[in-house]
Amino acid sequence: MSGSLNLTNDFVVKFANVNGSGSASANSMFAKSVLRMGVPVAARNIFPSNIQGLPTWYEVRVTGDGHLGRRGGVDLMVAMNPQTWDRDIAEIEPGGYLFYDSTKAMPESKFREDITVVGVPLTRICNEVYSVPRERQLFKNIIYVGALAALLGIEIEVIETLLSEQFAGKDRLIKANFEALHMGRDYVKANLKPLGLQVRRADAVGDRIYVEGNSAAALGAVYGGATVCAWYPITPSTSVVEAFMDYCAEFRTDKETGQAKYAIVQAEDEIASIGMVIGAGWNGARAFTATSGPGVSLMTEFIGLSYFAEIPAVIIDVQRGGPSTGMPTRTQQADLIGAAYAGHGDTKHPMLLPQDPGECFEMAALAFDLSDRLQTTIFLMQDLDIGMNEWLTEPFKWDDSRNLDRGKVMTYEELEAGVDFGRYKDVDGDGIPYRTYPGVHPSKGAYFTRGTSRNPYARYSEEGHVYVDNMQRLLRKFETAKSLIPAPVLRKSGKATRTGVIYFGSTTPAMHEALEILEAKGMHLDALRVRGFPFSDEVYDFIAAHDRVFVVEQNRDAQLRTLIVNEGDVDPGKLPPVLHYDGTPITARFIAAEIGARLGAAAPRSPVPEAAE
Amino acid sequence: MTYLLKPRLHHPSLAANELGFTRRDYEGSVSTLCAGCGHDSISAAIIQACYDLNLPPHRLAKLSGIGCSSKTPDYFLGASHGFNTVHGRMPSVLTGANLANRELIYLGVSGDGDSASIGLGQFAHAIRRGVNMTYIVENNGVYGLTKGQFSATSDKGSKSKKGVENHDSAIDLVSLALQLGATFVARSFSGDKAQLAPLIRAALAHKGAAFIDCVSPCVQFNNHAGSTKSYDYVREHNEAVNRLDVIAKRAPIEVDYAPGTTTTVTQHDGSVLALHKLAEHYDPTDRIAAMTYLAQRQAQGEVVTGLLYVDPEASDLHDSLDTVERPLNSLGGPDLIPGSSVLAKINADLR
Ligand SMILES: Cc1ncc(C[n+]2csc(CCOP(=O)(O)OP(=O)(O)O)c2C)c(N)n1
Ligand code: SF4
Repeated sequence: MSGSLNLTNDFVVKFANVNGSGSASANSMFAKSVLRMGVPVAARNIFPSNIQGLPTWYEVRVTGDGHLGRRGGVDLMVAMNPQTWDRDIAEIEPGGYLFYDSTKAMPESKFREDITVVGVPLTRICNEVYSVPRERQLFKNIIYVGALAALLGIEIEVIETLLSEQFAGKDRLIKANFEALHMGRDYVKANLKPLGLQVRRADAVGDRIYVEGNSAAALGAVYGGATVCAWYPITPSTSVVEAFMDYCAEFRTDKETGQAKYAIVQAEDEIASIGMVIGAGWNGARAFTATSGPGVSLMTEFIGLSYFAEIPAVIIDVQRGGPSTGMPTRTQQADLIGAAYAGHGDTKHPMLLPQDPGECFEMAALAFDLSDRLQTTIFLMQDLDIGMNEWLTEPFKWDDSRNLDRGKVMTYEELEAGVDFGRYKDVDGDGIPYRTYPGVHPSKGAYFTRGTSRNPYARYSEEGHVYVDNMQRLLRKFETAKSLIPAPVLRKSGKATRTGVIYFGSTTPAMHEALEILEAKGMHLDALRVRGFPFSDEVYDFIAAHDRVFVVEQNRDAQLRTLIVNEGDVDPGKLPPVLHYDGTPITARFIAAEIGARLGAAAPRSPVPEAAE
Repeated sequence: MTYLLKPRLHHPSLAANELGFTRRDYEGSVSTLCAGCGHDSISAAIIQACYDLNLPPHRLAKLSGIGCSSKTPDYFLGASHGFNTVHGRMPSVLTGANLANRELIYLGVSGDGDSASIGLGQFAHAIRRGVNMTYIVENNGVYGLTKGQFSATSDKGSKSKKGVENHDSAIDLVSLALQLGATFVARSFSGDKAQLAPLIRAALAHKGAAFIDCVSPCVQFNNHAGSTKSYDYVREHNEAVNRLDVIAKRAPIEVDYAPGTTTTVTQHDGSVLALHKLAEHYDPTDRIAAMTYLAQRQAQGEVVTGLLYVDPEASDLHDSLDTVERPLNSLGGPDLIPGSSVLAKINADLR
């Protein structure tokens, strides 16, 4: 058909499936096979809060140029779900392709004129070979992977290797999967022609790894020396703890005794989880919990205690769509304000904002050093997009000379030598006091920890000036935190410009691509990626150096922008928000269109994203 | 409000225990509770028990929630670390602390509002997890600190000081603890130090979740006629099933073996509990019999006290998790960080 897309190593494939049909592993194998061809991919799971039956999508961006965010639009739709057929077809780019199960004839009206339709009778092929219903379902997925490989030029050996790795030691399964794979490939070879979309072997992946943010953060917790984990299941954070369990079983089991050098407790709720974390932190162990927005709400009272009583704790918040139960399996960056100010009274908590699994690892490990150093709760703010999707990311790195930074802990020897211990004394002027671990010394260093006001020697006091001094010291400590939080990353435009953009976290790859798109249209922006809260002076210097700074984020109320305005002396009018919050990861096209329109036309645009999915 | 430190000077003639500590070494700051509050007597019993057991004071960690009762850890064991957490949530904090360092001795102090109302869930779960601790509820059947509201252990039909009637049925924490699998369950009365101090000693020596429900009259809001948590009521209706002696592991065991009157129970750490039976058929090692007995006596308006149940073979949360002997908080980087070579392998597997 004339006008069909011809794209090599640069197109978007979307699989529309039914939840529970076993398609997930086949789809992810498809993505990995492209990676193994040396071509970067960016894959996103879009799934319902339901175990079986509802629609689910898996989007694979084949991205030779290395754009790892979502682009927007679909070049090839693999439509395996009759329930969502119409909207799936509608999403295909003009000149794009539709792959479907052609066992049953479809009326012409069900297709579009401007796309190429590729039918493979998957059900018929399956039914001829398999009789068990479950086999029919599972192998149908492998058959379409085989067919797509042939259509797109993916080497079949690459998929065979992946299957062999996946089913290592289970020869019967490997053989059966190979057969299904070949059935798909052979059908295409005999009946169809390759598409205009092609994967060609390249060398663009390098030594990067492909991993989910949640398991990266779990590994970061292992390297950060976490020994106690207390948690309560909640999507999308559950896999953090599941991965932590696996890593601990492997790396934290005493070789001689088989005993655990860690303790993981599934608590009765989030309140108990954070309570255990605080108890362990008080007692000198590194402890964390993983949760999402609703969990943070429940933990709020304890987070306030951690702030005021100055007890280390780490919370990995994998954000999902709120408010309330909102869209529990969709992504957002909407817990920022809730986390930053969790508690009653005047409280503030440092947050780390990773951009990808590589940083999830790095920042998880860092979070434990920071929580010990600052003696307070540290939030690692992930989101479902990074947490539950596999991302291509820099390999994990570790410097073997690095050890755990336990912060200011007064030892037996120091107490014995007569060093004056006042639990809440600001000895060094940085707002951070010294602490002692319970049981350290028979007669010195013991104190009473409480959430009530007290003097520098930890003795209960409601005197106004004592309280104010303490609150001021906590502010000094927060100021110190600025120097410990990872610095923002500046990406200067090729041309001098008075326009900037601030963004963070999982928005990063789409943002970078959007900057390129805008640049190509002659719109230049300096860009600053913030990596944590409190914001360093660089953030405010950046704003001061520009006339207008867009703040791009994935929530309705411009929470990052609010924090920036609230924590600094900034004219809010200088910070136009660019907001995307329909639950799907933000796309490069969306950002480019939003900023482009506002730079091009004077009329302000609605912050509501255009109907995307 | 002031905070008074007790004078540290010891009278030279004060008796010392085997470790050379005097009772003063187990005291804390001056209590700010109402004069006559039952909670102060419990603090005194804790001091006595720790002194008698020869515990190094700094090896105890005392944790509490919020309430008059939860303030008391400030008033004993000044040499140990204490933690006033948040209302009803002491059990989870204690659990975490215990996970971090299994070598300290954990004492949780709570009120009936703290544990039976807002904290009922945490109470239940810490007990069923078998956290190695002594958990004391100072049970006055009322909210003291917030001035006299009913708690979940207030009896149905009882009247508050202001004459308001309670319509909700009471939670009996002892029955609940038995049902939840506590491996040491006792009840006592703050006015009966002779019974309470040995019970606390036995609980401290117990491995696993040891629970003591201690009726502790609130002289401000719940010590009037019609309350089953008043001094008078408990004195008149206290039915002690046994009296206890705790014999430390190294002490010679000399107990009266006269059948029917004394039972001995050897605990994990070798300490022996000598139980002088007062109620003929009471068997403190039979959980179901204990539950039945309690229910029967309660129906007759009796407050059964004593060691109600003990499982001397109990295990604790660390056993379930099979954690290393060394306290987790003492493990350092080399014990915990797998290093860059392991990371290189992980990276390779992720390509
Ligand atoms: C979340 C929360 N809710 C309510 C309170 C107020 N509060 C403080 S103590 C208390 C009740 C204490 O009763 P109890 O535990 O029986 O102790 P008592 O004072 O009687 O010894 C309440 C409701 C609080 N501190 N925190
Ligand atoms: S109010 Fe009641 S519980 Fe509180 S200190 Fe006074 S007597 Fe004790």
